[in-house]
Amino acid sequence: MNKVYDNKAWWLILPMLVLVAFSAIIPLMTVVNYSVQDVFDANTRFFTGTEWFAQMLNDPTLQAALLRQFAFSMTVLAIEVPLGIGIALIMPKKGWQASVVLILVTLPLLIPWNVVGSIWQIFTRGDIGLMGWGLRELGYGYNITRSTVDAWGTIILMDVWHWTPLIALLCYSGLRSIPEAYYQAARIDRASKWSVFRYIQLPKLTNVLVIGVLLRFMHSFMIYAEPFVLTGGGPGSSTTFLSQSLTTMAIGQQDLGPSAAFSLIYFLIILLVSWVFYTAIMNMQKEKQEEGI
Amino acid sequence: MEWMVWTVPTTIFFSTIAAMLAGMTMWEVVSPTVERKGFLPISTTRGDRLFIGLLSAGYIHLLVVGFTPLSIWLALGASVLWLLILMRWG
Repeated sequence: MNKVYDNKAWWLILPMLVLVAFSAIIPLMTVVNYSVQDVFDANTRFFTGTEWFAQMLNDPTLQAALLRQFAFSMTVLAIEVPLGIGIALIMPKKGWQASVVLILVTLPLLIPWNVVGSIWQIFTRGDIGLMGWGLRELGYGYNITRSTVDAWGTIILMDVWHWTPLIALLCYSGLRSIPEAYYQAARIDRASKWSVFRYIQLPKLTNVLVIGVLLRFMHSFMIYAEPFVLTGGGPGSSTTFLSQSLTTMAIGQQDLGPSAAFSLIYFLIILLVSWVFYTAIMNMQKEKQEEGI
Repeated sequence: MEWMVWTVPTTIFFSTIAAMLAGMTMWEVVSPTVERKGFLPISTTRGDRLFIGLLSAGYIHLLVVGFTPLSIWLALGASVLWLLILMRWG
């Protein structure tokens, strides 16, 4: 039982660590320093302690933005994950059709965020946009600059269009890695399509789904360019998400102290949610292995 | 390092975190951790428990600072106590 582990390979991550220190750790430390001070310039700064944190936590606009952010992230996850799995299941697995479908599915992923916003902004316009014009011709008074429901629906539709392919591609690669023998065994047992999905495909997809859900949660939780270009946060502030509130505060108003405190709260929320997702899904898997399934 | 606008409290904060990480590394070398299950619903290693302790400490501080008139030192005391309980029985 006295197994000796050789941990020397850990030194290989040293260059990465240096890189991350410069790109993330040192800036994050600076943010922490800013969050407890009122900084005017290099020489004029005052220690404020926890004041910014108290102010940010009790700010009604930020609380509303946070709730909106959670509502948005949960909605897109609830739509994109099942839809992505579904698309992956019906994608052809062999021949030229497989290549064509793969390329078609991947296309939305190649478009930069602000371009996605612009595309949809034009697409939804009532005068020249196909969707806006079409809906209006059908008798629905569609207007994303005036109706909250329209704005939300369009942003969710845009996100689903842009990011479901990611889940679909991950699931597709997960499905491809299941050996044919599993399906043969299922056929011998005359398993239904549903049982094949429930007991063979879905368990094998767990790993890629963890990555998919985590990526999609983090992406959607910091969504910025798309709603900014599409609705500018409106109508009113009904589609102003957290990152946009933060940018307005930090860049627009140069309130570095409050924005630093707010960023740290934002960071803690993302850290907690990602950790809970990761632990929950990994733990489910471990229990399954212990039961011998 | 002037541009990083360091203050005494943040310096102490980051030094403590760095010392904790270094200490955990030493501890791991001297006696490697064994994954076990305590009062937490999941089985954890020593490092997992430290992470959970630090993350919850962050939330304890935010709750106290944002929504109660209590002193931040009380939050710190509660967090340290919670971290110790977690490391021993979690």
